[in-house]
Amino acid sequence: MVRFFNALGTPLLSFFQYLGEVVLLAADTFRCIFTHKLRWKLFLNQVVEIGLLSQLVVVITGGFTGAVFAAQTFFQFNKIGMGSATGAVVSVSICRELGPVLTALMVAGRVGAAMSAEIGTMKVTEQIDALRALAVYPTDYLVVPRALAMMVSMPLLVAECIAVGVAAGYFIAIFLLEINGTYYMANMVRWTRNRDIIMGLSKAFCFGILIVFISCQKGLSAREGAVGVGRATTEAVVNSSLAVLICNFFLTMLLNIIYPAGYQ
Amino acid sequence: MIAVRSLAKKIGQQEILRGVDLEVATGETLAIIGRSGGGKSVLLKHLVGLMAPDVGEIWIDGQNIIGMNERQLGTIRKKVGILFQGGALFDSMTVEENIAFPLREAGERDPEVLHSKVKEMLEVMEMEGEEDKMPESLSGGMKKRVGLARSIIRRPSCVLYDEPTSGLDPVVADSINRLIRRLQQRLGVTSVVVTHDMKSAFDVANHISYLHEGRIYFHGTPIQLQQAADPILQDFLLGRSDGRGD
Repeated sequence: MVRFFNALGTPLLSFFQYLGEVVLLAADTFRCIFTHKLRWKLFLNQVVEIGLLSQLVVVITGGFTGAVFAAQTFFQFNKIGMGSATGAVVSVSICRELGPVLTALMVAGRVGAAMSAEIGTMKVTEQIDALRALAVYPTDYLVVPRALAMMVSMPLLVAECIAVGVAAGYFIAIFLLEINGTYYMANMVRWTRNRDIIMGLSKAFCFGILIVFISCQKGLSAREGAVGVGRATTEAVVNSSLAVLICNFFLTMLLNIIYPAGYQ
Repeated sequence: MIAVRSLAKKIGQQEILRGVDLEVATGETLAIIGRSGGGKSVLLKHLVGLMAPDVGEIWIDGQNIIGMNERQLGTIRKKVGILFQGGALFDSMTVEENIAFPLREAGERDPEVLHSKVKEMLEVMEMEGEEDKMPESLSGGMKKRVGLARSIIRRPSCVLYDEPTSGLDPVVADSINRLIRRLQQRLGVTSVVVTHDMKSAFDVANHISYLHEGRIYFHGTPIQLQQAADPILQDFLLGRSDGRGD
């Protein structure tokens, strides 16, 4: 029995310790944001790294998701004579769920991995110790610019993903599936509300925060040389992706109270 | 200037330091010698607050740094430079950016001032014209010299060296030793040099401490060390392995 509780307790304790470390890093970062001067150059570099260099990934993800989702929805709805409702379904789904979640997963893979690997390498090569020895606080220098850049970039990337997804769905519906453009557009505009877009952008902001703190924490706690950095990078991507998917459910339930779905 | 009292540190199950007592007077160079893995670098990192001990006190300029937060330690760290074993250069920055980094952090923004100070440092390090190189294209000795330039550009009153000559050829090692001596003689810098290179220790130190099994086993002048009859010290000085590898 004791062995059972030991076997159960150790991973549980490790999990809560890990959660605590992520939360403490987040708290420390927010404290630094309000108490230290922003390093603009580092912040703008990160905006380029996170926002600008993720464009292609986000555009392709949004475009092909919108296109395939429009096609699948049409195939099903057309059987019951509701083909022109495709626009509304595609638009609302991309705004509320697909846009933010898929963008977050792509950003976790591209940016989260890079953050974790870069900070992890700095950790194992004593560069973070060097920062501290030069009286520079690592959270302030490494995490704050990344966190702020992520908070700015993620909503913009998701907005772009939504726009490209909806546009791709429209073009597939009109030119390939030959749905009446006027009905498609009328239904889409009628059923897509501002609150759907706000919900998507709110999720983007939250997912950005999750990705940046999980990835930075993994980098800062990297150990054991190249193997440790590799492990930290993998864990950063896996944990960020899982956190996005799990939090998406709770955010959906919470935000649906504030921004209810449907035509009201 | 630096005083260590009863310093103890355990990492995992291993007791690295078991009550270290040390004193380094202002303007003095102390070499801490000992076998690899004996806790010398751990001790050095404690001196600048990069590691926290389990027990003990560290006094720098009359202030006990144990229990200080990162912000308070920042004030101490501005007075203490440290040269890391591998140089610990920021690999996303050029040599010039690395050396100028402490000055930028201190608020200096004038590019001309920064450039002239970096140039001056590179002359001291005998590395003129290497400003634009990235750390990956430097040799081990050059990395250490750039690391040293970065750690002394703010003119700290104390410099800590972690294995400054390890992995270097004798000529480059000698140039590093000369730099350490020059800093002490010209600027009156207090230095702590962690090394297992005996030539380096004898070249630069006023006093030598031998760290053995987590404690200071010997403390004295280089001459006293050379004359010591203690078998443990003699084994270390002569590089005898007492047959453990047989």
